[in-house]
Amino acid sequence: MIFVTIGMQLPFPRLLTAMDRIAGQTDEPVVAQTGPHDGKFETLTGRVTLPPAEFDRTFAEARVVVSHAGIGTILSAKKMGKPLILFPRRLEFSEHRNDHQLSTARHLEAMPGIHVAWTEDDLERLIMRQDLCGASDEKSPSHATLINRIDSFLRDRPLRD
Amino acid sequence: MTTPEPKPVASTNAPEASETHRVLAVASAGGHWQQLMLLRPSFERHEVHFATTLQDLLDEYSAQPGSVVPDCNRDRKLDILRNLLAMRRLIRQVRPTVVISTGALPGVIALAIGRRYGAHTIWVDSVANAEEMSMSGKLARRFSDLWLSQWEEVASKSGAEYAGAVL
Repeated sequence: MIFVTIGMQLPFPRLLTAMDRIAGQTDEPVVAQTGPHDGKFETLTGRVTLPPAEFDRTFAEARVVVSHAGIGTILSAKKMGKPLILFPRRLEFSEHRNDHQLSTARHLEAMPGIHVAWTEDDLERLIMRQDLCGASDEKSPSHATLINRIDSFLRDRPLRD
Repeated sequence: MTTPEPKPVASTNAPEASETHRVLAVASAGGHWQQLMLLRPSFERHEVHFATTLQDLLDEYSAQPGSVVPDCNRDRKLDILRNLLAMRRLIRQVRPTVVISTGALPGVIALAIGRRYGAHTIWVDSVANAEEMSMSGKLARRFSDLWLSQWEEVASKSGAEYAGAVL
């Protein structure tokens, strides 16, 4: 199963339309958390929202997850060790307030398990691949550094009263 | 006739001096919240009170004690006012010695009010902002004792500190 999620806040018809088309070319079921979306889908199964538990379950069961370049989804993919295909929102199509998703995708493209689809063709090609590696749940050295920095800041500050 | 309440000078119900901070940890629902949860080990040995914009998250992550505050963004002034009043009430109640936030605007408001009440403040800009400090991050600068970006280049461009990232 392929799970598509576009986040909670903004519509993303370009991704959903592309995924609906791709769903028609594969036997694999495609389930999408669509947010507010006008119009019907030919093939993909759309849900406006998924309650957190069901969201997690669907995420865990998916072979691959396709999403906008939102940090929440990226962190979930890491936690669950899923291959993630990012399809960044673009300002030129009014899909977000700015192009930060493009830059997030550019910066994260090198991470294991994160695969970036810059175009609809990339998207189709990546989805058809059966060998996409999953993201890693290992805590990076960089993560440990950040935790230590905050911890030492707190140790250095005077305590209450 | 009742006697007037004493003014809270040297507060009568002040807790005893303690080994730990009272930390107010604030993040909006979504990626901001997930990043805050990944930073939990950095402040968990202290007494923590969480605040977010969605009750489900407090339950799902066992983030207790926790409070829900109204969400807001810079386009909706009335929501900002609602958040501000709720945040002030919360801060008066929790009396944090530290406020930490990963964003977004409700976090800035928490830092600003928390600092007025004497708290040390930490801003960790979302890892989503790989090329420029977020709008909220820029606003948070003047209220932050520790002002972090999770990207080295953004930090050096903006004058923030870089000390790693949750990724």
